[in-house]
Amino acid sequence: MHEMKFELRGITKRFPGVVANDNVNLSVETGEVLALIGENGAGKSTLMNVLYGLYRADEGELLIDGQATQFSSPADAIAAGIGMVHQHFMLVPVMTVAENVVLGVEPTGRFGSLDIDEARRMVREVSDRYHLELDPDAIIEDLSVGVRQRVEIVKVLMRDAKIVVFDEPTAVLTPSEILEFFGIVRSLVEAGRGVIFITHKLKEALEIADRINVLRRGKVVGEALPKNTSEAAIAEMMVGRPVLLVVDKAPATPREAMLTLAGVSVVDPDGRTVVDGASFEVRVGEIVCVAGVQGNGQTELVEAIAGLRRVASGSISLGGKNITGDSPRERHAAGMAHIPEDRQRQGLVTELSITENLVLTRYHDAEFSQGIRMKWDAAAAKSQELVAAYDIRTTDPSQLASTLSGGNQQKVIVARELSRNIRVVVAAQPTRGIDVGSIEYVHAQIVKERDAGRAVLVVSTELDEVMSLADRVLVMYRGKIVADVDPKKVSHMDIGLYMAGSRPAAVVA
Amino acid sequence: MSTSAAPGLVVSAEQRKRARSLGIAYLVLAVVCFTIFTRRAGDAGFRISESSQFTLPAQGFGWALGIVLIAIAAGQLLRGFGKLSNVVLALATAAFFMSFMAWAAAGDSFSFVGMLQDTVSRSVPITLGAVAGILSERSGVINISIEGMLLASACTSAIGASLTNLWLGTLVGILTGVALAAILAVMSIRYKVDQVIVGFAINFFALGVTSFISFRVLVPNRDTMNNLLPVMPIRIPLFADIPFFGQILFDQTIFVYFSFATVALATWGLYRTKWGLRTRAIGEYPRAAGTLGVDVNKLRYRNLLLAGAVAGVGGAWWPIGIVGRFDQNITNGRGFIALAAVIFGRWHPVGALCGALVFALAEAVRLKIGNFDTGIPSEFLIMAPYLVTLIVVAGFIGASRAPKAAGQPYEDQ
Repeated sequence: MHEMKFELRGITKRFPGVVANDNVNLSVETGEVLALIGENGAGKSTLMNVLYGLYRADEGELLIDGQATQFSSPADAIAAGIGMVHQHFMLVPVMTVAENVVLGVEPTGRFGSLDIDEARRMVREVSDRYHLELDPDAIIEDLSVGVRQRVEIVKVLMRDAKIVVFDEPTAVLTPSEILEFFGIVRSLVEAGRGVIFITHKLKEALEIADRINVLRRGKVVGEALPKNTSEAAIAEMMVGRPVLLVVDKAPATPREAMLTLAGVSVVDPDGRTVVDGASFEVRVGEIVCVAGVQGNGQTELVEAIAGLRRVASGSISLGGKNITGDSPRERHAAGMAHIPEDRQRQGLVTELSITENLVLTRYHDAEFSQGIRMKWDAAAAKSQELVAAYDIRTTDPSQLASTLSGGNQQKVIVARELSRNIRVVVAAQPTRGIDVGSIEYVHAQIVKERDAGRAVLVVSTELDEVMSLADRVLVMYRGKIVADVDPKKVSHMDIGLYMAGSRPAAVVA
Repeated sequence: MSTSAAPGLVVSAEQRKRARSLGIAYLVLAVVCFTIFTRRAGDAGFRISESSQFTLPAQGFGWALGIVLIAIAAGQLLRGFGKLSNVVLALATAAFFMSFMAWAAAGDSFSFVGMLQDTVSRSVPITLGAVAGILSERSGVINISIEGMLLASACTSAIGASLTNLWLGTLVGILTGVALAAILAVMSIRYKVDQVIVGFAINFFALGVTSFISFRVLVPNRDTMNNLLPVMPIRIPLFADIPFFGQILFDQTIFVYFSFATVALATWGLYRTKWGLRTRAIGEYPRAAGTLGVDVNKLRYRNLLLAGAVAGVGGAWWPIGIVGRFDQNITNGRGFIALAAVIFGRWHPVGALCGALVFALAEAVRLKIGNFDTGIPSEFLIMAPYLVTLIVVAGFIGASRAPKAAGQPYEDQ
């Protein structure tokens, strides 16, 4: 495999109102791993779309081995030897592995007929060479996320990519799958390919990269070598100020049970049991975290608790009162705060103003309305108060919620949900996709709620978050709660095994 | 959760539900046998060639079938037929159909082979419309404008063929289908207008324009612009001499052969070629194909235009393949029935052909039964094809799954 050097010089990409990439320079060669680290919204995705031919840069140039080049479509990038493994897999679920892999570069026989035997052979060959263990005839939708990612990798290798770009590749993997994935990355590099690894996880960048480039607000603000740097130093580069990476909290002093689930099952519209007999309680003064790989029923569990999804069997009670059949508004009134997983679809109405969003769960209270008339003055006053108290960075609360950054949108939800008389907090993925600074803030708020005597349930797929935030950890696997452990007594690896459906040998008792 | 905890169990629950409703359906059919099919006495003659026929005693057959159906229902409800259940269903349906025909023709005789020949002929526009629908929807564009395409091309091909010859007339029909498909394509791909609304607009546009042409142009110039001799059947040597089936399948017009060939070609194309793989991919998950360098929108344009051409031939079948002229609203909803055939056939050309044959049979039966004095009002008979459509779609649509991206415009990031 011959060598190749791929460079971006002075790349600038503007969108209406934002400069997504501002004079970005970076380069990667075959045989090395470049980690590109930055918070959500730092411009990583835009940059990737530029170098994969999905966007055209406004300024700057792409160079391959010093030669200026242009990509006007992914086909150009592929032809130049760039391959991309997208964060959301680009696989057709109803087709086989072989069909997905050869899509776009189909081996053909007479009259343009598809040579599927040749396709199978190609998949087997690449799969064997890198020990990926893929069955060319498996249907994608039957495969686990980890295996699907390997299909994506074969796709890229089949097109003979010399530089492989991975966009947040570990977000959907279990800890053991992540280790396997790193093994694959290393074997790619040994085989003389180059890798660009995009992530927001500091640990992973330090573990796998030869060099780390840090992106902040569209600019490359620093470069570091893993051996000369630390997590704290990189986090500071990402955010622009020193950040606290560990959650600062006192030991929990749990008291009586507040939220109790007894044998809760949820069946999705296709008739599959997605939550299977979940029973647990969340006590006042403790943070219970539900860990698990995404798609194991956590979303449905939270929606069932919040009253957004019908419970097929079992019961949910809040403070001793059965709320299984209550509407979301009744649950709110009973003292449940819900911070939903999908901030923009469930948490906010992005086309309403910040003020309107802040009173969205309370507009019907006497404080904000009288009959059919809204008291906008009272709402505006409340909104001013919350914007100040929860550090929501906006110049004008009457602006649309869509104008806020992800972190500030999350603060709006946190402010709305926590600023009233509540007894239990249910937070799903409360820090997903927000910047390190906002994460720190949200974590502090969650601990504060616990210490103020609320019961807190947090669902997170980020194992680091679970381990540092939780007083008790539940692990969910295929709809079932498979573990209930003390985070201080188990390791990351143990939780990881639970998340993958197995059981750590040491904790069998 | 793609691999849920208990998929096996849930599927079997669904199967049990289906098996139970099937059992109840058999019971209903048995009741129909006993209460209706045994009402008319006499033998029914089914002519299967020029000179030979077989006879069924209407009442006796009705009683016998009713008893058999009860046995089948019992078997279905108590044990189920496992892998054989579809075979049992097909045989029971066929026997029920024969009993129905025997009841209708009791004391009389009719050309059974002629009715089936008519069925195959009438399936042409439905089949071609369905293939057009499959080509569109498999590429991710919902196409409910098949009806409009059939109607408009029927109109233009009638004029074209009257003024020139049958070949040019058919070509005019094809171009008309392509033109309407181009409107759908530009609106739904380029301007991302809701595909169902564009489809509706095209249907009403076609109905309005062809009605206008029919009244204002074709009626006054009936002899010059709307008068042609349709194509004659072509007997395929040797094959046409096969008893019974020869006459049904191999003594047909070129439209029938074209329609079978189109189904075969579309099946091969969709499942055995590079084009087909890409087409199925952009109908399911266009971004996957797009990120691999496939030009999603270009392929959608091409497939839609191809669909328009296929529908154009289907439209030309009316004036050139059978009737010899164009009448206002001559298609009378066959384009929508074609869409039902698409669903019935689960977006597979061969399945769609089967669906088209079922619907065409309903129509052929309706025409045949009109000759007998069955006491069924003719208004009800006219409903038959649509009623069959409704029952079939209601019975099968649950198990059927549309291409996932159908209806969604694709944007290059």
